Amino acid sequence: MVAIADKLAKRRTFFQFMLDRPSVLGPLFVTPAILYVLALVGIPFLLALYYSVSAFTIYNQSYQFVGLRNYIQIFESDIFRTTLVNTFIFTIGSQIIGLVLGKFGALLLLRPFPGRKLVRALIVLPWAVPVALATVAWEWMFDSLYSVINWTMIALGLMDRSNAPNWLGTPHLAMLCVIIVNAWRFFPFAIVIFLAGITAVPQDVIDAATIDGAGFWRRNYQIIIPIIAPIVVVGLIFGTVFTFTDLSIVYLLTNGGPVNATQVLGNLGFQIGIQSGDVAHGAAVSLVMLPVLFILVVLMLRFIRRREI
Amino acid sequence: MPRPIAAVAREASFYVAVAFFVVLAAFPFYWMLITAFKTNADLYDLDNIPFWFNDPPTLDHIRYLFEKTLYARWLLNSAIIGVCVVAITLFTALPAGYSLARMTGRSGEALGIGIFLTYLVPPTLLFLPLSRVITVLGLQDSMWSLVLVYPTFTIPFCTWLMMGFFKSIPREIEEAAIIDGCSIFGAFVKMVLPISLPAILTVVIFTFTLTMQEFVYALTFVSSTAQKTITLGVTTDLVRGDIYFWGELMAGALIAAVPVAIAYNLFLDRFIAGITGGAVK
Repeated sequence: MVAIADKLAKRRTFFQFMLDRPSVLGPLFVTPAILYVLALVGIPFLLALYYSVSAFTIYNQSYQFVGLRNYIQIFESDIFRTTLVNTFIFTIGSQIIGLVLGKFGALLLLRPFPGRKLVRALIVLPWAVPVALATVAWEWMFDSLYSVINWTMIALGLMDRSNAPNWLGTPHLAMLCVIIVNAWRFFPFAIVIFLAGITAVPQDVIDAATIDGAGFWRRNYQIIIPIIAPIVVVGLIFGTVFTFTDLSIVYLLTNGGPVNATQVLGNLGFQIGIQSGDVAHGAAVSLVMLPVLFILVVLMLRFIRRREI
Repeated sequence: MPRPIAAVAREASFYVAVAFFVVLAAFPFYWMLITAFKTNADLYDLDNIPFWFNDPPTLDHIRYLFEKTLYARWLLNSAIIGVCVVAITLFTALPAGYSLARMTGRSGEALGIGIFLTYLVPPTLLFLPLSRVITVLGLQDSMWSLVLVYPTFTIPFCTWLMMGFFKSIPREIEEAAIIDGCSIFGAFVKMVLPISLPAILTVVIFTFTLTMQEFVYALTFVSSTAQKTITLGVTTDLVRGDIYFWGELMAGALIAAVPVAIAYNLFLDRFIAGITGGAVK
């Protein structure tokens, strides 16, 4: 033993000494990741904050401080206020539909049946496939002339070719469409989250409750839901954050139209800040998302902490 | 006595519900598939039944994609971006995950949550300042800007995933190696990484699929056709003027979507465990 220890001591260089200290190696290991994130999330985030109180446009790149002028101006604009309301309708609507579909889908998939694996693989598709690509398929299904949905309804005698809806060209219908596509994208995620939660409930707890006389609904609401709540909430927060801030579905399906009826914050920020080059106002529009994100992050933290206790 | 009619009805309604979900989820993909192989004459004839081929299937749309557009180039771009982002992510997230799981104690826990939360900072908040950063670095309108930016969401996610995994490895494995004369670094490279291969593979697959799915940054930073990713190219470049060429569009979307869908399905359970933060024990 002594001989081995000796030999080791001789081989040790300063470098190896470094690599052998948790107190040195620990920070060393985590530094690249933190630097990367700080440089490309932290600093840009601060820059976005500053843009929103400056007069910066790509034509006049001045960092002149203008206080809250940009925020006041956007809140005075009708388009922005419509956009804000739309964003909430879009987010809440699609999350509710997604959750309801998710809960029912999970209950179905919980039961073993032949072909369950294949069914699950098919149901997961909307979430797995790049959303932009799937959105293009929906755009084709909502086509003003060749919509397969309209074709089917006409064939079933539910409507006439002359009064077939123009899905993406009518304000309320267009909103319905973007909500449906977004809910469609998220419901498989909700199913999988519910399944993960339900399978985490210990069977003996359910059995004990059943013996004590708890019926289906009581088991559902007083045992299963409280146990799976943390997982579902984490999933729901993910869904909400990505829906609330997304622009890809709206950009591709309607680009905010017709006449801003489906405009959402992400897309408006893109149109103002990137396409028109008014970076300052674009940043202000994007940063309006921040309070909502902040609340969601605080909620998320509470649930992550709860899990660890 | 079981009542057979009621039982049959219950079974039937169960399968009807399952069928409803399958159709809801998969119909748009069936629609892509069938559109991709239909002739234009068949696609744009309202008297035809749209759910099946009225003319024989054709490969014209796919041929068009590869011969008349930069589709192959977009596939290559996406593959290059994916590989580079995977390399950057592995290089930073593996050590970070290990450090947070083993070597930094309580502060590591907080740091881990902090890194994870940056995953929630959306692209639509960062695209304006990042496009400035990219201009300063001279990467505007280049696919390399995406190689630079994509790790901002893959590193947090993969660090979190690896942290959870490393915590589940028994400490004795490293301790045994250290007693045998390894440094901690040596134990990490020689013992921990080899038994983590399944988790590393998951990180590789998910990093790759996340880069394929990304749309907002690609749309913001890249505008010339030759630099586009597959998702961006299909959705923005196959529409000429205001005219949609649905056969080509659907074929392009389908070819790009299939590998991602398969990869996702294979690694779904691990992904969920990662996103719920190991809440499922």
